[in-house]
Amino acid sequence: MDLNLSDEQRLLRESAERFVAGSYDADHRRKMANDPLGFSPAVWKQFAELGWLALPLPEQFGGLGGGAVEIGILMEAFGRGLVSEPYVATVVLGAALIARCGTNEQKQESLPKIADGSLKLAFAHSERAARFDLARVATAADRTAQGWRLAGSKIAVLDGHAADEIIVSAHIHDHQRPSGRTGLFLVPATTPGLVVSDFPRLGGGRACNLELCDVHLPEDALLGDGHDALPAIEWAVDCAMAALGAEAVGIMQTLLDTTLEYTKIRKQFGRPLSANQVIRHRLADMAMQVDEARSMALRAALKADAAPVERARAASGAKAKIGKCARFVGEQSIQLHGGMGVTEELEVGAYFKRLVAFDTLFGGSAHHYARHAELGRKA
Amino acid sequence: MDLSFNAEERAFQDEVRSFIAKNLTEEMKRATALTPSVFSDPDIGMAWQRALHRQGWGAPGWPVEHGGPAWTPAQRWIFETESARAGVPNVNVMGVKMVGPVIIGFGSPEQKNFYLPRILSGEDYWCQGYSEPGSGSDLSSLKTRAVRDGDDYIINGTKIWTTHAHHANRMFALVRTSDGPRQQDGISFILIDMKTPGITTRPILTIGGDHEVNQVFFDDVRVPVANRVGEEGKGWTYGKYLLEFERGSGIASAKLREGLKAIADLAESDLTGRAIDSPDIAARISEVEVDIDALEMTELRVLSALQTGQNPGAVSSILKLRNSEIRQAVTRLGVDVIGHDALAVEPMRPLYKLNHEPPTPEEMLTMVPEYLNGRAYTIFGGTSEIQRDIIAKMMLGI
Repeated sequence: MDLNLSDEQRLLRESAERFVAGSYDADHRRKMANDPLGFSPAVWKQFAELGWLALPLPEQFGGLGGGAVEIGILMEAFGRGLVSEPYVATVVLGAALIARCGTNEQKQESLPKIADGSLKLAFAHSERAARFDLARVATAADRTAQGWRLAGSKIAVLDGHAADEIIVSAHIHDHQRPSGRTGLFLVPATTPGLVVSDFPRLGGGRACNLELCDVHLPEDALLGDGHDALPAIEWAVDCAMAALGAEAVGIMQTLLDTTLEYTKIRKQFGRPLSANQVIRHRLADMAMQVDEARSMALRAALKADAAPVERARAASGAKAKIGKCARFVGEQSIQLHGGMGVTEELEVGAYFKRLVAFDTLFGGSAHHYARHAELGRKA
Repeated sequence: MDLSFNAEERAFQDEVRSFIAKNLTEEMKRATALTPSVFSDPDIGMAWQRALHRQGWGAPGWPVEHGGPAWTPAQRWIFETESARAGVPNVNVMGVKMVGPVIIGFGSPEQKNFYLPRILSGEDYWCQGYSEPGSGSDLSSLKTRAVRDGDDYIINGTKIWTTHAHHANRMFALVRTSDGPRQQDGISFILIDMKTPGITTRPILTIGGDHEVNQVFFDDVRVPVANRVGEEGKGWTYGKYLLEFERGSGIASAKLREGLKAIADLAESDLTGRAIDSPDIAARISEVEVDIDALEMTELRVLSALQTGQNPGAVSSILKLRNSEIRQAVTRLGVDVIGHDALAVEPMRPLYKLNHEPPTPEEMLTMVPEYLNGRAYTIFGGTSEIQRDIIAKMMLGI
């Protein structure tokens, strides 16, 4: 039992924090908010050079063999600066699904390109009617003489507009009949019939909805051998929730630091806000919740490779708890900044919006407490 | 980073488990489960203390030269966790975890030689004389006074919330020996024999129906000056040192988990008409379980820091606060899960020695008293409000 950072992990944290502090400031974030791409290709190239894109990939495909804890260290630093590069879409979700489900050829084809920054991915899974149920996939994949035909709609696809290839989940149909298996398909962004409608994402970056109308794909577009991909999808989303949880911790820490400073400087009734016990106690509660969130993000990361039920309960528990803490810390940060907190003139609002997006993504606290409870009864 | 235990630690875990299996009797287990107050009755608690002492485990936190087992923080974690899982009785923590460390840190050689072995063996039973009717959160305003008379102090005043004063043969107390410029000055730390003439004890019943705390009165109580620990007037420093131990003993999650498990079991049983089938109850059980997971991780992070000699700092206030709040959430859930059975009051104590049929199934008997008595968790050992003051000051610098 040892939860101290190793020397390598400490170095990773320091370099990530240094990079974010040096490259991400309010001007940069404002520029990105109005940018049609929503992130900087130059920064993405630096991610590749720093080895961050290769971080969790298997070593035989050009990766560094890192795990969920290293991803968490990086994501927490990203949260500090509200990084908007498509790291979760490409590396945490996309690369992970290819590494887990892909054939050797598919991995050889994609993973080294992800590592060097030349291939960006997105994962299109959520559908409007499914809400947060990962098992409900109405998008259909029919076998054709040449390969596959996909039809359906997807929503909330992170960074789909920037992806070179989109991993689309679909219910596999054998001879027009549903097979009960979900497949994952690599769909190049330029494929005819694929319509990507992108929009700015709450809290920075972009997301999109997809329409797939008679999208024809070759045989080898299917990741792997056609086994049901649902367990892999659940695993990848659990890992993404752990990573996003760590990012939320970084965001909350910045909000806490900023709010603390503000309450020391802002004077009313002839004294700083922080001289009031009601304010000090609020800040103490915020600090406590940031700490609890940090514990839960780390816990989810450490259990990313545990047996499925244990992993899923840790991920859902973390998502629910961190979401609750995030809403509290975010809302109180606005409250303690007073009227200025509600304006676009301060960045508190931008950080808060990213926390709201975090809480919603893949299901909020109510959904995940319920999933945690249901899995507990199966256990 | 690694959440799992290594081979040596697993071997130690086996050792603890087999010790508990050999020494924890069914009677002790049942009495512990049926105790709705914080502390086990002394006959139960001290039987366990004697068993621990025979094994050389009587005082896990003490240095080896005074009879501690020289465990690593991970071993302490394993010991506390296995103990909670098995449902062992609470020992006299006022002796082992409170006055013991103060005597070790600041006591004279004579005091160490006399008192420490008696704590280890369970021969002495200690109570804590800190709070007074006029001095709760503002503890250093205390007024109980010790006036020097030759080789003695003569003590007058009163102490309150004195847990198990009616069982204890010794008390450690903070008393005023002089009036300094600050109210923290002039306080001394004194060891008192409870059989000394002039001491009377009044029971205070808590809202759960338990007699655990008391008020203690001192009328011209004569205590040798040799019973003072450390320097005269420096008692506040020693007392604060002790409070940090009280808050930061730091391994509470395992006990919370067992408490929640008992309630979850009830919720899944026909005794409650399967309360768990209500989505609200199921989600609340999960919410509390996740809170316990978070507390456990924080405890393990502190433990890891301790293993490498780092000082965890004000996090002991976070641990105290969260432990007390989660404990209250657990007991609140207990009341809600048993439904109509929460209406029944069983006034007799102890609950493990009833000579009549109780009004509810036995496993429900403690739920309401635990909830009621448990309101004290966010009050004793420094209220939640005081803990937030400490967090703001020590962690946030405001």
